[in-house]
Amino acid sequence: MIDKQVRSPAEAVADIADGSTVLIGGFGEAGSPIELIHALIDHGAKDLTVISNNTGNGRVGLAALIAAGQVRKMVCSYPRSSNSKVFPELYRAGKIELELVPQGTLAERIRAGGAGVPAFYTPTTVGTVLAEGKEHKVFEGREYVMERGIKADYALVKAELGDRFGNLTYNKAARNFGPIMCSAARVAIVQVTRFVEPGGIDPEAVVTPGIFVSRVVEVPNAAHESVLVAQGVTYP
Amino acid sequence: MTVSTAIVGLSREQMARRAAQDIPDGAYVNLGIGIPELVAGFIPAGREVIYHTENGILGFGPPPPPGEEDPELINAGKKPVTIKPGSAFFHHADSFAMIRGGHIDFCILGAMQVAQNGDLANWLTNAPDAIPAVGGAMDLVMGAGNIVVVTEHVTREGAPKLVEKCTYPLTGLGVVTRIFTNLAVIDVTKAGFVLREIAPGVDVETLKSLTGAPLAVADDLKTVSV
Repeated sequence: MIDKQVRSPAEAVADIADGSTVLIGGFGEAGSPIELIHALIDHGAKDLTVISNNTGNGRVGLAALIAAGQVRKMVCSYPRSSNSKVFPELYRAGKIELELVPQGTLAERIRAGGAGVPAFYTPTTVGTVLAEGKEHKVFEGREYVMERGIKADYALVKAELGDRFGNLTYNKAARNFGPIMCSAARVAIVQVTRFVEPGGIDPEAVVTPGIFVSRVVEVPNAAHESVLVAQGVTYP
Repeated sequence: MTVSTAIVGLSREQMARRAAQDIPDGAYVNLGIGIPELVAGFIPAGREVIYHTENGILGFGPPPPPGEEDPELINAGKKPVTIKPGSAFFHHADSFAMIRGGHIDFCILGAMQVAQNGDLANWLTNAPDAIPAVGGAMDLVMGAGNIVVVTEHVTREGAPKLVEKCTYPLTGLGVVTRIFTNLAVIDVTKAGFVLREIAPGVDVETLKSLTGAPLAVADDLKTVSV
């Protein structure tokens, strides 16, 4: 019998080793798997490379993981916001690496990695500092830059409904990087708001087919980053 | 002591209203953060446009009333939005397929500098302690159909934002087609900047003095109508 359900966020992340590459879903707080991230903080794996669009806010979720010193390198498109203090301080102090990737290139690198495509050409960044040192090629008279697909050891993703096969739906704009991150990870770990029986999701409505998902954990009342930050919560 | 009179020109809302007049009926539109966001409020009556946001929504609407914000229903500026009937959610790779694939018709962005050849700089200053952050700007300028800029004509310090050559790191090369400022509407042509419309109360010589590159004047120069 296939049963991808695990009982707790702690169990879901228990085998993440030091030095792992981890995709973390979310665009700002929308879709950020806070409970899985907090479980990863408790677990303590360090020297991580984290791929996520942003670097978190306040001192909860992704920002707390970075503050805990567990992240060696961030790969992201927008590492600052009005309330992100942790990453900028560590970056200015030279204590964390940054690979800055345009958002669409980041998404396509992840999509490509999950689809078995090792590299592709994009017009994005041509003529800018972010294209320096990269292979260029002209197609049909236009110049493109080669970018590499991204594959990761793990993905931490937040979804809405999930079943024991790993089929998923998402909630509104919390979908963002979730589906492509599931496909690009060797082990995709997903927290869902509600666990349902097989058939509980209409096959026409499945957004991420279960083949891309390894573990599903139900977190019924997931925290929202902005609420925690407003309450002054810090983790741990 | 002489007191110089600061030239104000158009308000942010008037700039947005003027830019909105250029958006054709039926367009798929992406609006950048800041003044570009205001454009949505000024689409002329009778036109229907669909707004795209990088984080995976087509067909979003204005902000919700206070108390009805949903942290999982936000725009690329991470501000709460609403959805309209007929909207769609999608993942990030699809969202940028819409952008890079040329499916977005019209994109309105802010700018730090625009060069006379259409080069745009809007993501990073040369400040030594700046945290580099690019977001989706480079994808938008290389992929969207028509890239126009809405910006103040000069910086807070009074330096021209329309220049011969950008000194800040570039977002994209030769991408901007038109610039809406508080003082003028200026096209980017193969021959450089061409003044099409000028704000009420602003004269051409003053405008030239506030522009960091040669400014040709269109034969049919108009006053900006807002």
